[in-house]
Amino acid sequence: MNVLSKVLALGALSVIAACTNNDPSALGGGGAGGTGAIVAGSPSDPRSPAYFQQTVGDRVLFAVDQSTLSSQAQTVLQGQAEWLLANPDFVANIEGHADEQGTREYNLALGARRANAAREYLISRGVAGNRLNTVSYGKERPIEICSIEECYSKNRRAVTVLTGSTLG
Amino acid sequence: MMKLLTSLFVGLTLMSAPVFAQSGPLRLELDEGIIEPLPFAVPSFVPDGPSATQYAQDISRVVAADLTGTGLFREIASDAFISRVSSFEAPVQFADWKAINADALITGAVNVSGKTLTVRFRVWDVFSGQELGNGLQLAGTTEGWRRMAHKVADQVYSRITGEGGYFDSRVAFVSESGPKNQRLKRLAIMDYDGANVQYMTDSAAIVLAPRFSPTGDRLLYTSYESGSPRIYVLDVGRVKRQELKTQDGTMSFSPRFSPDGRSIVYSLIQGGNTDLWKMDLASGQSTRLTNTPAIETAPSYSPDGSQIVFESDRSGTPQLYVMPANGGEATRISFGAGRYGTPVWSPRGDLIAFTKQNQGRFHIGVMRTDGSEERLLTASFLDEGPTWSPNGRVIMFTRETQGASGRASLYSVDISGRNLRPVRTPDGGSDPSWGPLQN
Repeated sequence: MNVLSKVLALGALSVIAACTNNDPSALGGGGAGGTGAIVAGSPSDPRSPAYFQQTVGDRVLFAVDQSTLSSQAQTVLQGQAEWLLANPDFVANIEGHADEQGTREYNLALGARRANAAREYLISRGVAGNRLNTVSYGKERPIEICSIEECYSKNRRAVTVLTGSTLG
Repeated sequence: MMKLLTSLFVGLTLMSAPVFAQSGPLRLELDEGIIEPLPFAVPSFVPDGPSATQYAQDISRVVAADLTGTGLFREIASDAFISRVSSFEAPVQFADWKAINADALITGAVNVSGKTLTVRFRVWDVFSGQELGNGLQLAGTTEGWRRMAHKVADQVYSRITGEGGYFDSRVAFVSESGPKNQRLKRLAIMDYDGANVQYMTDSAAIVLAPRFSPTGDRLLYTSYESGSPRIYVLDVGRVKRQELKTQDGTMSFSPRFSPDGRSIVYSLIQGGNTDLWKMDLASGQSTRLTNTPAIETAPSYSPDGSQIVFESDRSGTPQLYVMPANGGEATRISFGAGRYGTPVWSPRGDLIAFTKQNQGRFHIGVMRTDGSEERLLTASFLDEGPTWSPNGRVIMFTRETQGASGRASLYSVDISGRNLRPVRTPDGGSDPSWGPLQN
């Protein structure tokens, strides 16, 4: 004998309707200036951010899983330090990035190590620490999108992005 | 950027009637390794009137899809049926169902009265001609019809396997669109099967790794809306978020709730170094759990809240460690070849799921909580970020394809390594977090 147990009760639970807000001006995920953003000034003006980016060099690259600075990276950072000392109105945000090999969490931590390695080097060359912020993007903002070492090597980077009041 | 959203009511309640534990002969023992899926039939539920016809058909289809989707059951197509079920109360012609080799039969009826939807159903052991458990009636609203179907399927699953189901549950994830170097990410919540997607944020800032609270009322996640990664908690019902403040000048990420929902464990980056911290949510006070120059991240509590499993590269490569919930000495549990990450303790407490990277491939795997009996369940170019079904039988994760057109999507796999399936989402998807069974 089967008994059909009857239970009738009405509970309430709220459900959220869809939220759509596509703001094209916000495209790109809040920063990551090192992904190829256009910077101010003329590359021929040695005091311009464009000169810093293109002539001094705004980025250093890292070996797989590493955050130690190669001698080539140290040369670039030496140039950055000299430029920052000569242009005291600028502050910088150093972005640390990783390639896509590795978990999201580990890469976020690894990107922070890389950004910090660049920051420490600049400080050791006389740049004031309060002019240098860091942020890690982990593997969220590659500049190259192929899945081979040729791209990965460019994605494992620390990019010094100039900010500050002089940029308006 | 966060909009207050329209909220609508879905009334839905299931109260399990006292079921007289009738342990019928029909039983799937999940631990014995299911090789042959159990054949079942779900004749379209019987509508009480014309307004119920579509619901009756749709609910039967969702019940069948839930069961088939487990890989443990196989539906017998209706064109093989000999009997038609045109009345819920009429006696079942068991010989007709035996003849087409159905082991289980699910019959049901649907009534619609205004916006109220009522479903009655019974589960039959065809071989013995007995009912498995008692018939049940569920009532809710017509908008909530899918949930009622999932509840029916959960009952069927649980009566046949003796374990809890997982169909009436939701998954939080990151909805992804756009190319790899400019990917747009939005926080979203959907039913476990990909239906009813609701967006919780827009794509203005990168969002990462949502994590449901134990009761499903809140989500922790990481967002770049301030310019650097910070942890937020979102009230799911009100779609209202709040930053969980950590020390100035730090970055924070990889949060997860404690089993009592009162505190979180997370990673804090200070001076380039990542350690684990714990925050009491009521006071906002944080305390340090690890203090090493290594990367410590991806923490997850044991279900009893006494231990935390996490990832650290203190040995030179990322490996898995277990420590007491208040910090202290950590014991390494992963020793196989390769790199281990994102460990997640199963809700049953018996296993830890993880991501493993070895020789250029990624795997989702499980191991015992002491690291023994490691078993890899998947292999691909990039699998990561496992999350457990509420009953600890299924793992959902992110799979990303390689190359310039690489795309992330959600997959699920049984802990036996069988039944690897894509989970459908409107766009790409990553970082799933499987919430609890709903009430």
